[in-house]
Amino acid sequence: MTDMAAPSPAFAGRRVDTTSDAARALVRKRYRSEARFRAYGLIAIAATAVFLVVLIADIIIKALPALTQHSLVLDVAVPSDLVDPGKRSDAAAIRSADYFPVTRDALKAAIPGIESRSAERTLTRLLSNGTADKLIAMLVANPSLFGQTVKVPLLLSANADLYLKGIGTPVTSRGGRGTATPSGTTGEVTVLTSSNDFAGELVSVKQLLVERARLAEQEADRLQRYQSGDLAGKIKELREQAAAFRARIDQPKVDEVLDGSLPSLLVAINGGIVKITRLSDVAITGDVLLPLSSTADAKPGDWKIVTYSVPESNRKATDLEVTFLERFKELGRVERTFNSLFLIAGDSREPELAGIRGAIVGSALTLFITLALCLPIGVLAAIYLEEFAPKNRLTDLIEVNINNLAAVPSIVFGLLGLAMFLNFFGLPRSAPLVGGLVLALLVLPTIIIAARAALKAVPPSIKEAALGVGASHQQAVFHHILPLAIPGIMTGTIIGMAHALGETAPLLMIGMVAFVVDVPKTFTEAATVLPVQIYLWSDLPEPAFQYKTAAAILVLLLFLFAMNGAAIWLRKKFERRW
Amino acid sequence: MVSILEKGKLEMNVIADTKLASEASPVAAAPRAAKIVARGVNVYYGSKHALKEVSVDIPENGVMAFIGPSGCGKSTFLRCINRMNDTISGCRVTGKIEIDKHDIYDPSLDVVQLRARVGMVFQKPNPFPKSIFENVAYGPRINGIAKSKSDMEGIVVSSLKRAGLFEEVKDRLNDSGTSLSGGQQQRLCIARAIAVAPEIILMDEPCSALDPIATAHIEELISELTSNFTIIIVTHSMQQAARVSQRTAFFHLGNLVEVGETQQIFTTPTDKRTHDYITGRFG
Repeated sequence: MTDMAAPSPAFAGRRVDTTSDAARALVRKRYRSEARFRAYGLIAIAATAVFLVVLIADIIIKALPALTQHSLVLDVAVPSDLVDPGKRSDAAAIRSADYFPVTRDALKAAIPGIESRSAERTLTRLLSNGTADKLIAMLVANPSLFGQTVKVPLLLSANADLYLKGIGTPVTSRGGRGTATPSGTTGEVTVLTSSNDFAGELVSVKQLLVERARLAEQEADRLQRYQSGDLAGKIKELREQAAAFRARIDQPKVDEVLDGSLPSLLVAINGGIVKITRLSDVAITGDVLLPLSSTADAKPGDWKIVTYSVPESNRKATDLEVTFLERFKELGRVERTFNSLFLIAGDSREPELAGIRGAIVGSALTLFITLALCLPIGVLAAIYLEEFAPKNRLTDLIEVNINNLAAVPSIVFGLLGLAMFLNFFGLPRSAPLVGGLVLALLVLPTIIIAARAALKAVPPSIKEAALGVGASHQQAVFHHILPLAIPGIMTGTIIGMAHALGETAPLLMIGMVAFVVDVPKTFTEAATVLPVQIYLWSDLPEPAFQYKTAAAILVLLLFLFAMNGAAIWLRKKFERRW
Repeated sequence: MVSILEKGKLEMNVIADTKLASEASPVAAAPRAAKIVARGVNVYYGSKHALKEVSVDIPENGVMAFIGPSGCGKSTFLRCINRMNDTISGCRVTGKIEIDKHDIYDPSLDVVQLRARVGMVFQKPNPFPKSIFENVAYGPRINGIAKSKSDMEGIVVSSLKRAGLFEEVKDRLNDSGTSLSGGQQQRLCIARAIAVAPEIILMDEPCSALDPIATAHIEELISELTSNFTIIIVTHSMQQAARVSQRTAFFHLGNLVEVGETQQIFTTPTDKRTHDYITGRFG
């Protein structure tokens, strides 16, 4: 003891030096290294956060249009002979009636003067195939409405709906300066003005042509550089195109012919709309889209020049459709409501009628099967392996294989399900039962591993305490260890379920990619699940389905966030320290 | 150090016939009827020979202290007495331990019943994360001791009273056992152990995680429990061994070096190793 107290000369020479330059440099170096490490961490987190925010913002922005839908609120005259009075209490009879003439007449009544068959067809195509659903529901609820005129929202088709959501073309207009005189009220008409009202439009059309000619020449030059024989034709074509544009530009006094590749110009005059086909400084020739009330002169400011700036060939809604919809908007007939159909309907070929209820119910049924299988099997397997199994080579082998199973690609489980459940056991294709079985295979290793970790985390002192008062091993496990491990097991289970909810690949193998309209009611009916529904919609060409896809992703993400949130909440609530 | 030893000596003066225990053999003949008889006990953890040829008699209704440096096998031997070592994989016990002349390693003996007869209190207080009431009631319930609900309440209250904890917790029997202080938790563990009315209570360093006041409480409690229970206590504190025990066994490197009356062990140890240990030369 005493010899330890004497200062040892051996240590005097190597005390930590804190004053010299070398020592300060060492400290500075350490600080720099720490700051650098912290910066790396911050950069990593910031990058992750940016990616996440961009991803979620993108999905939300794309999904927003799918959350609302537009209807036309029209006065629909329901003829009393539409359904036999004796059968009006029968909902099926009401549903089977033909409502097309009824809605067509309501449309024609709202926009009078539509004579041509093609215009009438365009008008009726604005409405969805399921447009009468609300009317039918009203009639079923109240059969006394037969023979009356009912104000009812008629669902618009997906294209019309998208146009009204601003996904089409901007519409601008300005008043005319001179007095305009139309030559007729329908068909092809000319409109003359007292001043050169259309000069501005003519100039902008020519500017556009200059730009087009330049682009065509540029493309021709670019292709020329490749010196390839196959391209000669294409280059010649481009050169001719450019030359044609130049020719049009160089003739300022000649009328300009407008086509679908140029922005649409229209004249709104005397309550009608004329689509310009031929444009000069003081006169236009065009087709009447909405009939004029008269051929009277329109005073300056009483008529307008309207521009749909996206060329007709670049958008889904034609000029005629846009004109109709703009007219309905002016009449105050357009109503925008929350798209409840998206949440309560099954899948459909019509984007405006398609919903994710079928997919949500399918996912729920599938996950129920998965949970009902995984939780008991997984937890009991974990208890046996962790608490009762003898520690030998066999249990080591089983443990290694469980860990390996957790890393097996999910598509392999799909193939296993296909070979075993469908081909060997002959279970129905596309059914939640089989989907649940396959996902159970997928999630089981995750749950076993999580449950074993949770059981292992219970301190051995609890088990010893139970054994010490005369509890058997099994009593100690089921009375004390398992209850304490349950929060951890639940957390692992929920995370496994969230994993299963987002899984697509194995379900493709067992035929859950079918187009299923009906919301499934049993475990053996054909069904689809949320991620597969997203996959199916993302493949469809209609632009409206792209927004539906984003909305469905949003719903899936909400479910996943909710499940992960529940897991975190459980962990926090039952977190226990010993 | 010396003054504490003298205090221990003074306390030990109450014990009669100290001279009887001064035999040279480590297998000391007990002054009273032997409750536990161990003969040639060896324990192996895998290939490690942790306890070597231990033979000892432990008398009924007294306190036996096991002392010795860390890793000497005293806790290992303690855990042999209620076969708690069975739960450690790779642990092997040979030799014979008899309680009331029945071999506890007899294959026909039910180890769960044995543990109900031989209670245990652990180094770290380990109440169940359940209510105080449930902590005490658990043992009697699974062993089928209580016939009715009022029976159970009687057992819980008397056990808590016996453990000197009842006055402190009588208003909050439904609070979690883990909400108590360390000393209270350890007394709760003692109440839990005595609730199943064991014949023997094994205590594995019950005070090592407690402050001196809580330690004094527990020691007092141990003395009170002596009349009904055979208590075996493992301790690192020689003062504690001197204060609470009547007999002491000294273990060293897996060997039982010396066993005898506590006063004799602390005043006139026969073995040099015992002498060196109790005077602080090693360990």
